[in-house]
Amino acid sequence: MPDKLILKVKDMETHIGQYHILQGVNLEVPEGHVTVLIGRNGAGKTTTLRSIIGLTPPSKGSVEFNGQMIHGLPPYTIALKGMALVPEDQGIFSTLTVEENFKIAMQKEDKVTLERKDWILDVFPDLKPKLKQKAGGLSGGQKQMLSIGRSLVNDNKLLLIDEPSKGLAPIMVETLANAIKQIKSHTTVVLVEQNFWLASAVGERYYIIDDGQTVHEGVMEDLIKDKVLQQRYLGIGTKE
Amino acid sequence: MDIFVNLTIAGLATGMMYYLLSSGLSLIYGLMGVLNFAHGSVFMYGCYAGVYTFSKTGNFALGIIAAVVVGAIVGWVMERVVISKVYGQHLAQMLLTTGLMLLLNELIKIPFGSNILPAFQPESLQSSWQVGEVVIVKYRVFLIVLGLIVAVILNAIMSKTKLGMTVRAGVQNPEMVQVLGINIKKVFSFVFLLGSALSALGGALMAPALGAVNPEIGLMYQMTGFMVVVIGGMGSLTGTLLSALLVGLASSYTAYVYPDAATAVIVIVMIVVLLIKPSGLFGKGAE
Ligand SMILES: Nc1ncnc2c1ncn2[C@@H]1O[C@H](COP(=O)(O)OP(=O)(O)OP(=O)(O)O)[C@@H](O)[C@H]1O
Ligand SMILES: [Mg+2]
Repeated sequence: MPDKLILKVKDMETHIGQYHILQGVNLEVPEGHVTVLIGRNGAGKTTTLRSIIGLTPPSKGSVEFNGQMIHGLPPYTIALKGMALVPEDQGIFSTLTVEENFKIAMQKEDKVTLERKDWILDVFPDLKPKLKQKAGGLSGGQKQMLSIGRSLVNDNKLLLIDEPSKGLAPIMVETLANAIKQIKSHTTVVLVEQNFWLASAVGERYYIIDDGQTVHEGVMEDLIKDKVLQQRYLGIGTKE
Repeated sequence: MDIFVNLTIAGLATGMMYYLLSSGLSLIYGLMGVLNFAHGSVFMYGCYAGVYTFSKTGNFALGIIAAVVVGAIVGWVMERVVISKVYGQHLAQMLLTTGLMLLLNELIKIPFGSNILPAFQPESLQSSWQVGEVVIVKYRVFLIVLGLIVAVILNAIMSKTKLGMTVRAGVQNPEMVQVLGINIKKVFSFVFLLGSALSALGGALMAPALGAVNPEIGLMYQMTGFMVVVIGGMGSLTGTLLSALLVGLASSYTAYVYPDAATAVIVIVMIVVLLIKPSGLFGKGAE
């Protein structure tokens, strides 16, 4: 039996100013899994995530989330329906403390939310001693953990994560992989990732985006074996 | 020495009024990038509302309350009817708020004419204290104390409440605030209303210190307000407070030595600060 689809994007197109950035993105994201979006620099991965959550609203096509059409809604409404974004630049509020970064994200401050926060601090124990400090003083890896942790504090159904490995040391990327595996049991994840090791470590399904369009999809294991596809769209496999 | 003390008190009192004038301007810009050219007009409406109500009722406190209410209403209407329609369109905002400034400046002439309107201090604050050689004007002390109270309250709101947290976060990254499920436009509307009320409060308190008001005052304080905000750093209330006091003191001292340069010195302070720190004293570009 196929899994329930939590997100269904159909023929999505997005314009930014006069530029036609996305020209046909199609995604089907099954609940409870990690779906990876890959593609070259400038392919439109970030814009895809931003269009889904309404920051750059699509000009054509549809976005169905948890059974509801959400394209055209403002980002805060979409967020309240249970979607969260960990942006490429992490979007940390550096002038707020780590604790405040969590607090501002909390839609409720009930027992369940506070328990979830404890769980997040168990997943990212590095953050625990830093709660009272300004988030601007965290290391790059800690900021990434805060950004991901913050997005988990509500009972979200879908988490969009944009290139979390960017600029992180290899050891941190491993920590990240473990964290995403733990998150998976709570929330569906759509992960944009250029780091093929991380993508293959956590991804179950993949989509390749090229020139603003989804051009390939399938099961991650197949992509790992398919050197031709990797070279064609991702430019990997040329060296080694 | 006594002159120095007097100029300092006068400068701090004026600086506090600049703070009331500029805090809203700073937050409005910091949150939504809106440059409001009609903010000085709200200050001027505060002057008139306060002076008029006091002259009719003889109750100074009532005048202040009237000014705050008028400021809040004018600000609310302005935001709802005009500014909310042009979010993100900077040129349209500049043109529309400039138009609003002209409109407000003309509208006030209908009931009050374009001549000056004398403004009085309440009797209880008219006298001075004599401390040794130094004469301390009560009204100035009153302005400083009131300004400090407002600063403390604003600071508490910013640091202790979720609204304040949201404003601080929004000044830094409004997009991310939205992504966390917060309707930033609603926050902005409220901040706009609050900022307008504070500006009008500043006007009502400043008018008696000036002795008289006229419709042109709006434009003059608009420019001062912008300069205070730029010096302090857009979006930072602490920066605005420091900058307002700095500007108040600088123009107070200069006015004593060379009255014609009292405004020019603000421009000089601004240039010096911007040369050293382009984002202002507490600007967000500074990490
Ligand atoms: N605000 C904008 N204005 C104009 N063009 C833009 C804007 N944002 C993105 N683009 C363009 O849209 C294309 C897709 O950008 P996007 O950031 O979505 O790519 P990406 O796949 O995330 O790339 P990267 O791997 O570098 O993060 C790029 O060519 C980019 O230059
Ligand atoms: Mg990107």
